[in-house]
Amino acid sequence: MSTATMTAPTEKKSHSLALKAGLLLVGIHIFMGLLTLVWLPYDPTAMAGGRLEGPSLLHLLGTDRLGRDLFTQMMIGSRIALIVGIGAVAIGAVIGVTLGLLAAFASKWLDDALAATLDILIAFPTLLIAMLVVAASDTANLWSAIIALGIALSAIVARLTRILAKRVLVMDYITAARTSGSSWPKIVAIHILPNIWPTLSVNFALQFGLAVIAEASLSYLGLGAPPPNASWGRILQEAQGTVYTAPLGAIAPGIALVSLAIGVNLLADGLRDTIDPTRRAR
Amino acid sequence: MSLVRVDHVSFGYTANRRILDDVSLEIAQGDTIGLVGESGSGKTTLLRLLLGLARPDSGTITFDGRPLDPRNGAFMRDFRRQAQVVYQDPYSSLDPRQTIQSIIAEPLRSLKIPGDHQKQVGDALEAVGLDRDVGTRFPHQFSGGQRQRIAIARAIVPGPRLLLADEAVSALDLTTRIRIVDLLAGLSKTMSLLFVSHDIGVVAALCRRIVILEKGRIVEAGDTAAVLANPQHPYTQRLLASVPRLTLNEVSS
Amino acid sequence: MTVLLSLENLSVHAGNKALVSNLSFSLNRGERLGLIGESGSGKSLTSLAATGLLPAGLSSSGSAILAGKQVIGASDRELNQLRGTAVAIVFQEPLTALDPLMRVGKQVAEPLARRAQRDGAPLSGATLDKAVLALLDEVALPEPQRMATSYPHELSGGQRQRIAIAMALACKPDLLIADEPTTALDVTTQAEILGLLDRLVRTRNMALLFISHDLPVVANTVERVVVLRQGETVEAGNVTEVFGNPRHDYTKSLLAAARRLDDAMEGRS
Repeated sequence: MSTATMTAPTEKKSHSLALKAGLLLVGIHIFMGLLTLVWLPYDPTAMAGGRLEGPSLLHLLGTDRLGRDLFTQMMIGSRIALIVGIGAVAIGAVIGVTLGLLAAFASKWLDDALAATLDILIAFPTLLIAMLVVAASDTANLWSAIIALGIALSAIVARLTRILAKRVLVMDYITAARTSGSSWPKIVAIHILPNIWPTLSVNFALQFGLAVIAEASLSYLGLGAPPPNASWGRILQEAQGTVYTAPLGAIAPGIALVSLAIGVNLLADGLRDTIDPTRRAR
Repeated sequence: MSLVRVDHVSFGYTANRRILDDVSLEIAQGDTIGLVGESGSGKTTLLRLLLGLARPDSGTITFDGRPLDPRNGAFMRDFRRQAQVVYQDPYSSLDPRQTIQSIIAEPLRSLKIPGDHQKQVGDALEAVGLDRDVGTRFPHQFSGGQRQRIAIARAIVPGPRLLLADEAVSALDLTTRIRIVDLLAGLSKTMSLLFVSHDIGVVAALCRRIVILEKGRIVEAGDTAAVLANPQHPYTQRLLASVPRLTLNEVSS
Repeated sequence: MTVLLSLENLSVHAGNKALVSNLSFSLNRGERLGLIGESGSGKSLTSLAATGLLPAGLSSSGSAILAGKQVIGASDRELNQLRGTAVAIVFQEPLTALDPLMRVGKQVAEPLARRAQRDGAPLSGATLDKAVLALLDEVALPEPQRMATSYPHELSGGQRQRIAIAMALACKPDLLIADEPTTALDVTTQAEILGLLDRLVRTRNMALLFISHDLPVVANTVERVVVLRQGETVEAGNVTEVFGNPRHDYTKSLLAAARRLDDAMEGRS
């Protein structure tokens, strides 16, 4: 308590800084992604200039080995990454939270069975599960990748939800709600979800980054969406052969990936601290 | 007339380890009863049974003449309105993410009690000695004693006939404890009170009757003053002898 | 008489906020002093500051001389010499004070062996085991042999507190600090533990710094008291005088509250 009072001012300052940095990073990607819906500098599939040109005013990031504008591809990459991140986390959250709550409320043997299943699923790398799901579907497209990643992430969400919900379930205010006559669904909506949300949301942000990177890996391996919906992973893969002559083709997607993942995490941290009543100043 | 009747109730996870063993007691309308026991006495389990959060393995509990059956939805809704609880830990009994208004109004919402909830919450806050306008604040902005007042406000807002207190003052500082005891004493004029505690001093200050529980059995019950003045059971005697006294004040007074 | 602990204008700060201000008292061998206060009074912080155990973020100033050595500003290595020889602490919650994964006999053996090493008479093997059992016997644990091989969770709260006391005694301290040692216990167990502490302090001629919020418990345990409120000393003196004739309003209100419960039990409400 006493230490908290001392460090509070500096902490608060860094929180608002994190929020601003996160907003800026994510904002850039959202702006780029939305812009692609109405305007693109060049046709992403057509030759827009010479092959492997360096950066210039006409081509901000230069061109690739087929003469396509790299900046245009990167903009589309932002859109794809956002769709993948949001889609995969949303699917993971819906399945994971439902399963986790189910386990938290389940009888002992059902809970044990669910927990063991989740542990086994989590033991497989997210990417491996996603690859299996994509391989099982006939065509490799964006949606199969998103669904695959969502399913892979749901196991992690479920396990976390189960633990968090169990921790809240033993609190007196849950018993108080029961003796106040509240039904279980109501207790979940009013007491459990709001109290596990801060931790979950931070985890969702982590998973957003995980999903975007995993999708890039899938694309890199040729299991992602084909052009014109090419993601940063495919750009990276195509730039691989010319990395010494035109390094921007490899550097740009890398920076984009990292900046989006970090941005989302900073944003989630900052938002949690501004929204959470227990973290607000007295 | 008896409000609650516990008739030969037993409860245990296994047959040879009983948490409650053949417990019978009665709470009359308007009575104040202290249920005293140490850890492992089964007092918390008895409270859970009385609240319909668990069902006895054998024996019956009746409320207002009707059997307490957690599966009877219509009865339970009525029962929840009539019997409310105050818990021990004022830090874990209030949802940290809800406003005071929302916390106290929860029984009104859940039990679908008609009327102006805002006003009812304000009245309850006033009844426990807090300002009407604290409703917009959050639990962490209050001290332990104030939180316990909020928890009491939540318990009395639906107008219960029975108030159950589970070690409701044990986590509080001495001076705060006395103030909450006074508050409960005032409330017990309009409702029955079952006060579960390990603190005999508090029970003596608050309850007309006392029930001593040891290892799942009632070893002694009766008028508080009589039991304290002349304990019959060896366990009661040992318990009373163990309570440290401010013996020094005998010298001054 | 040897002064074991002497505090002079001891203050504890968290940033600019004073949690304990200008506290002074001294404690001689064989003496018992009670620190009384409600939550936030700084009574536990005082004992931590006096032993150099303040958590990071808190700073202390003034003087705290423990067994002739200045604690304030001393390095951790110097303090380690003091703790475990001059002073030992028994905490409120015996469950968290013990390692859940270690048999209690081994937990008692550790400080015992350390102290013996320092005294230049190392203990090991069978002699160490024997010393552990003797210590468990001294804190009146039944069946020391069986107790020594138990894990903390297999013991009752009172038994765990006895183990914690045995660990403190293993250091052969001149000063025993007991921080709310019976607050987490049942009232019958509390009476037993208080009796045990009383006997041990007497037979080993230790000084006792007893920290508590419970006035009747303090009245029955110590000779002198210091009453704290929000880090300030409100009143200090002989326990019979302070409790019998309190001068400060705060002490009066505490005593009035305690006496109400006392009177209620005597049927004088």
